Amino acid sequence: MDAITFIGGISVMAAALCISIGGLGSALGEGNAAASALRSLAQQPDESGTITRVLFVSMAMLETEAIYAFVITILILYFNPFWDYAVAAAAK
Amino acid sequence: MLENIDALIAFHLFGIPINYTIFYSWVVMALLVFFAWLATRNLHATLHVSRFQTALEVIVMAMRSQIKDVSGDNPMRYLPIIGTFFLYIAASNLLTIIPWCYAPTSSLSTTGAFAFCVFCAIPIYGIRNVGARTYLRKYTEPLPILFPLNVLGDFSSVFALAFRLYGNVLSGAVIGSALIMLAPFLLPLPLQVLALLTGVIHAYIFALLAIVYVSAIGPEKKFIDTLNYY
Repeated sequence: MDAITFIGGISVMAAALCISIGGLGSALGEGNAAASALRSLAQQPDESGTITRVLFVSMAMLETEAIYAFVITILILYFNPFWDYAVAAAAK
Repeated sequence: MLENIDALIAFHLFGIPINYTIFYSWVVMALLVFFAWLATRNLHATLHVSRFQTALEVIVMAMRSQIKDVSGDNPMRYLPIIGTFFLYIAASNLLTIIPWCYAPTSSLSTTGAFAFCVFCAIPIYGIRNVGARTYLRKYTEPLPILFPLNVLGDFSSVFALAFRLYGNVLSGAVIGSALIMLAPFLLPLPLQVLALLTGVIHAYIFALLAIVYVSAIGPEKKFIDTLNYY
């Protein structure tokens, strides 16, 4: 297997693993947060404003991990430095 | 499929290339100023107020009550910066549903600039609220040895603020363009409707986190204490 095939294959695998594992963790966390918020809302409907606001903030915090994974995936797929290096080396 | 809108040149102004990020930022600014001028053209305090004035009053009152709830402080101190963030980000996220328009927030330079504004506002408001000594003491809590970690925490929270907005807006654009290639016309439509919702929610989240960070050192720490460990 030459270098360019190896780099291409590994990059696609790495991108798929990155977004799947990153999304999985974030999705589990967001599900837990939503479940707890619903439980609290059922117990204390009067506090719905505060609970919803804290839920939004924590959802944003949890989603950040998935967004990091997404940005890394985009970098690997579209702006891959190793791929560019391999292409430049092959063209030489 | 994935356009880097920082690299697309819209036109040249006096020989300086203007890319689409700057161009659509100017479009959003012009739209906001135009609608604000339209709404405040003839203000009335009587019962006969115009529709624009009512709409604007609803938005401003909602922002004021949210800032008051979160900061536990006089909302007018934070309204200029937080309200600008919310209106600007919401307007630029909603710009994506207009064909041939790009959201300026789908570029890391725009969101990075917003995050830099928040980064500068944190010490400014903190020192204005409690004075320089008390503000700097925040970094040596609970132990002076944790000083580097506290500084790093400030940097990383602002860094995450920029990447969160950028990644969310960009992921919407990427999913939209991927679905247009798969099945044009019908399939991207519900996702664009969803993009309207997420665009406003992310403007809200950015503004909310900006208030939490900016007013973290304030006279009253009620709601903020529950969020301190983030």
